Amino acid sequence: MKKILGIFLLLVVVCVVTTLFNPKFLNAYNVQNIVRWTSLFSIISIGVAFVIITGGIDLSVGSTIGLTGTLLAWLLTFKHFNVGSALLTVFAVSLAIGFGHGLLITKLRLPTFVVTLCGLLLYRGIARYLTNDNTLGFGSEFDSLRYISVGHPFSLPFPGGRILIPMPFVLMVVIAIAAAVLLNQTIYGRYLLALGRNEQAARYSGINTHRITIMAYVICSVLAGLGGVLFALDVNSIQPAGLGEFYELYAIAAAVLGGCSLRGGEGTIVGVIIGAAVIRVLYNAINILGIPTQLDFAIIGLVILGGVITDEVIKRIVARRRAARPG
Amino acid sequence: MASSFFTLSASDHVIDARYVSKRFAGVVALEHVNLSLRRGEVLAVIGENGAGKSTLMKILAGVLTPDNGEIRIDGKPVELDSVRTGLKHGIALIHQELNLSDNLDVAANIFLGREPRRFGLIDRRRIYADAVPLLREVGLEVDPRTLVDRLSIAHQQLVEIAKARSTNARVLIMDEPTSSLTQHEAEQLFKLVLKLREAGVSIVYISHRLGEVKRLAERVVVLRDGKNAGDLHGYQIDHDSMVRLMVGRELSQFYKRRAHVIREDFLRVADLRTPAHPQHRLSFTIKRGEMVGMAGLVGSGRTELMQTLFGIAKPRGGSVSIAGQPVELSSPLAAIEAGVGMVPEDRKQQGLILEMAVRTNLTLAALRANCRGRVFLNRGYERKLSADMVGTLRIKTPSDRQLVHLLSGGNQQKVVLGKWLALKPRLLLLDEPTRGVDIGAKQEIYRLMEELVESGVAILFVSSEMTEIIGMSDRALVMHEGRLMGELRRDQLTEEAIMHLATGGADPERDVA
Repeated sequence: MKKILGIFLLLVVVCVVTTLFNPKFLNAYNVQNIVRWTSLFSIISIGVAFVIITGGIDLSVGSTIGLTGTLLAWLLTFKHFNVGSALLTVFAVSLAIGFGHGLLITKLRLPTFVVTLCGLLLYRGIARYLTNDNTLGFGSEFDSLRYISVGHPFSLPFPGGRILIPMPFVLMVVIAIAAAVLLNQTIYGRYLLALGRNEQAARYSGINTHRITIMAYVICSVLAGLGGVLFALDVNSIQPAGLGEFYELYAIAAAVLGGCSLRGGEGTIVGVIIGAAVIRVLYNAINILGIPTQLDFAIIGLVILGGVITDEVIKRIVARRRAARPG
Repeated sequence: MASSFFTLSASDHVIDARYVSKRFAGVVALEHVNLSLRRGEVLAVIGENGAGKSTLMKILAGVLTPDNGEIRIDGKPVELDSVRTGLKHGIALIHQELNLSDNLDVAANIFLGREPRRFGLIDRRRIYADAVPLLREVGLEVDPRTLVDRLSIAHQQLVEIAKARSTNARVLIMDEPTSSLTQHEAEQLFKLVLKLREAGVSIVYISHRLGEVKRLAERVVVLRDGKNAGDLHGYQIDHDSMVRLMVGRELSQFYKRRAHVIREDFLRVADLRTPAHPQHRLSFTIKRGEMVGMAGLVGSGRTELMQTLFGIAKPRGGSVSIAGQPVELSSPLAAIEAGVGMVPEDRKQQGLILEMAVRTNLTLAALRANCRGRVFLNRGYERKLSADMVGTLRIKTPSDRQLVHLLSGGNQQKVVLGKWLALKPRLLLLDEPTRGVDIGAKQEIYRLMEELVESGVAILFVSSEMTEIIGMSDRALVMHEGRLMGELRRDQLTEEAIMHLATGGADPERDVA
């Protein structure tokens, strides 16, 4: 809880400072925009959080988004799949990606970094080959499908007008609740936290650690696949080389900022969402305050670094305290 | 005169440790311990697990600093604040787990960190030349260019001793040096110990093997529960006196055993081949209500056998049946479902999730069978189970929400035991169940083992402590280099009989198959 409190305070501080410099930050349209992007990034970050809780990492998320987004557009516009079978195919592909990662990491004991780094290269390459690097769009045929990404099912009162609640926010809330229940109220969540802390002890307690690890990678890739669909429907102009590029880093950053330890075994869903919000608000602040956008990577980079350093420092203090105990 | 006598005796001592105390986060490891070491003597330090031997040795070698007390070397008070300082005073510790870099050769290991140089570069010719007499002294006939990982454990140990001698060490502290040696290798080591003594080196010898203590030591210091329990000299050194001082009373009172009602066969293992030693076939049975000890040297394949029985390591062949039913022990879960529980050797790596609460650890294995709707946690059950276990096992913790790593070793081990008791196992495997626990917790663990056996549970426990094997077992199995060398009935259990089998001697009652 302390970790979440810290990041929540950071979010508040960034919001307050930005508002002081430019009150437009708080206008309904801007807030709506931040909510929509925070929701989209939260969905993929929650997936990555599951992998990070196992003590692993998934670098392929951005490319999975690129592949699934491209695949959806390609199937619908070039292959003339109907919407249902296109979505099902995209779901199956993202599931297979996660399952493959999980198998390679558990059964062949390959390092998670290497497996998902190869995934990052592979899926991007497939997406670009599939479409010959051409930009795809859905045109106006699929407006009903695009509603799940760009629609606004309802609005809420907001100072100075009403704020439209974007569909991704609704999806994110549903996913977050499901993820929080899985993590905190089920035996699988308990097993996940246990194996993230000490895989060997978890195995000695009769936990099928391979199955749980594979589950985490599947959740990650499926949520990345959903993210790919939503991002693609949102932009409606899909560049296979660019869609989702570097998103794995935002997702990892959000998870780490939100209290997931890169050592595994720790993390909360609420924290991850706040982490994603911090990153999106920082982005928005860079725009709205007229900071050169060339600096956005630098700022995000510093935030990730700060998160990891804080994590390390806290762990060291704990370790030092423990070293003073019997060995 | 008293004062001149004192001066004389003090200068006669290489090391004089007085009133040494050490606590770890409030837990007393050593309290007012005294130890003196004369020039050219072999002093044995003995005691049960958790008596404080290792802590004391680490203090003498400068690995740990004492909280209180004084250490004099050659009569002068010194501050042993690092291993470097220890070495400067001529004190070298030969660890139980050897500390060599196995990717380097013998000579490079001997001079590691103290390499002679020539024009700023390592003077290889001199290293190899200087290594030869050192290796000759310890009786190791290998080329100094041999990589260390090609050497046996016994030879690596000799390299360690040569390394210590190269720093002109006058005091060698040997922590269970024979725990992984064969009989022949141990004999070689004994000869070397006596030879070093002749050369004026003082040796502190730590061992669980009272037979070798009796052979080598001129004096024995016994520790019990972090305190001096007594010293023995010369003719006083015999098996019974050592055991009495170690356990603080007669053995029969420390290991409170009632007569066990041994029932039908429960676990039957036939021709089992473990992945660690696939060339050997292991066959044995354990009955309900029976407590079977498993003895052997470190590295004799006991832990691997336990891991195979628990489904951690996959067997290469053979069969296992439980209560007459053949079982496939393909995973810990399969073993658990067959009624098997396991308290593993390494509590911190395998037994517990240290950063999780006592309650979470206690319920981890039982969650599956006690959840709601097959997946949801049953917090009421968790709370109740945890409270029950903390109560029956007398786990000392301010609350069951406390993180396990904040508990003492003994209480941590009780948490591991509690995790399995929650599942009501019919066969409990315990691998070194009392390693690193204090004497009080130790007795409670024995009491629990007794209660389980009385209720009809079959127990197989591995122990490297002779007194524990002899004190607790209805029957002992003895392993050597992956083979089951024989079985000893309770009336046959002596340290000599166990050591004979554990170091490769044949079982006289067993036909050579």
